[in-house]
Amino acid sequence: MTEILLIMLGAILIENFIFSRFFGICPFLGVSENPDTAVGMGFAVILVMTVSCAATSLVYDHLLVRFGLEYLSTIAFIVIIASLVQLIEMFLKKLIPSLYNALGIYLPLITTNCAVLGAALLNVEENRGFIHSVVFGFSAAVGFTLALVVFAGVRARIKNCDVPKSFRGSSIALVAAGLIAMAFSGFSSISI
Amino acid sequence: MGSILTAVAVLAAIGAVLGILLAVAARLLTVKTDERVEKIISLLPGANCGGCGYAGCSALAEAIAKGDASTAACKAGGPDCAAAIALVMGKAPEKAVRMRAQVMCSGVRGEAKLKYDYSGLEDCRAAIRSGGGDKVCPNGCIGHGTCAAACAFGAISVVNGVAAVEYSKCVGCGMCASACPKGIIKMIPFEARYWVGCSSVDKGQLTRSYCEKGCISCKICEKNCPSGAITVYDGVAHIDYEKCTECGICYEKCPRHIIIKGN
Repeated sequence: MTEILLIMLGAILIENFIFSRFFGICPFLGVSENPDTAVGMGFAVILVMTVSCAATSLVYDHLLVRFGLEYLSTIAFIVIIASLVQLIEMFLKKLIPSLYNALGIYLPLITTNCAVLGAALLNVEENRGFIHSVVFGFSAAVGFTLALVVFAGVRARIKNCDVPKSFRGSSIALVAAGLIAMAFSGFSSISI
Repeated sequence: MGSILTAVAVLAAIGAVLGILLAVAARLLTVKTDERVEKIISLLPGANCGGCGYAGCSALAEAIAKGDASTAACKAGGPDCAAAIALVMGKAPEKAVRMRAQVMCSGVRGEAKLKYDYSGLEDCRAAIRSGGGDKVCPNGCIGHGTCAAACAFGAISVVNGVAAVEYSKCVGCGMCASACPKGIIKMIPFEARYWVGCSSVDKGQLTRSYCEKGCISCKICEKNCPSGAITVYDGVAHIDYEKCTECGICYEKCPRHIIIKGN
């Protein structure tokens, strides 16, 4: 039990996907313009990452390891994640159209999100079992969402500031992201 | 060898299982979409040219069905398509003037002077990085076919160093006009018979020094136009097609023969 809590704490705060591992910077900058879309994207990532970590963990343990094909994990995971996103998209479209519309374009975008693949590959690297993998995927995605929402708030404030002309847009966003990353590095002093 | 075969077999198996899963899911989870969307998609040209400003024909169809876009939003389809879509939507057809693209330059090889020999990438956007292209004229067509590549209908070809539009194929989507880095492709009414084959903004004397064809802004056309449709500004004559009666006087009077009769 404590181990699961440690994995969650580690994935959400200490080794935050965006602020300390620098995964998924592209959607991070792309959809943090307003808090509503950030939350939408965050929930899409939580859903996809949890499911894909479960699926990739199963495939890795029961298929790739058995045949000694660990080196194929990247390719296999890409295929699995891409099809899973498709599948989830179809399910949502049919069963929960309101959620489908809320997630909108972000769901297919996640197909090529490196954070999702990164979580699956990190699970392999750390030799996590099935349950730990799912927990890690879920909490890494929560960390991603946290970063996205925090940053959306920061950007909303930047919008009202008189930023020097040469810094407007992505440049000031990256500077702000760097400052938040520095703040997050404070969590690394928590020893677990 | 054996390990390669297992690798292939395992990956193929994963792919096959996922593929079948997706196929079954697609069958089971089909969602009834708005019937009008399907109908509108079948009416649209399907070239996905993007001239309407939407991501493609299906995106436009959805927007039309929702009422976000005008039934005449597809310029490529022309008035017939607009009328058919209006019928599907149960609205009165909106009037749409069919347009065509016109390259406003006549400075073919030999007529327009060159600054240097360009032998780089065959792309106008790349070519203008080298001092604005090889033509001395800052607003001449440099003829590397960026517009031709942007055209989804194969209506543009580069002839003698200047892009030429094949009118019968042009649907007026305007993608070439936005692709041209010199901005010298203009959209004019499809039926227009006269057009000014020059975009030079330089003074007449300067234009004359580097191009045998270019408009020298002598204003003879402006003075002779009975309907006041021509104005000369920014170093070149402009025809207002709303006023033009196609009398052809400008075409006959132009000393440089830069008002061209076509179509």
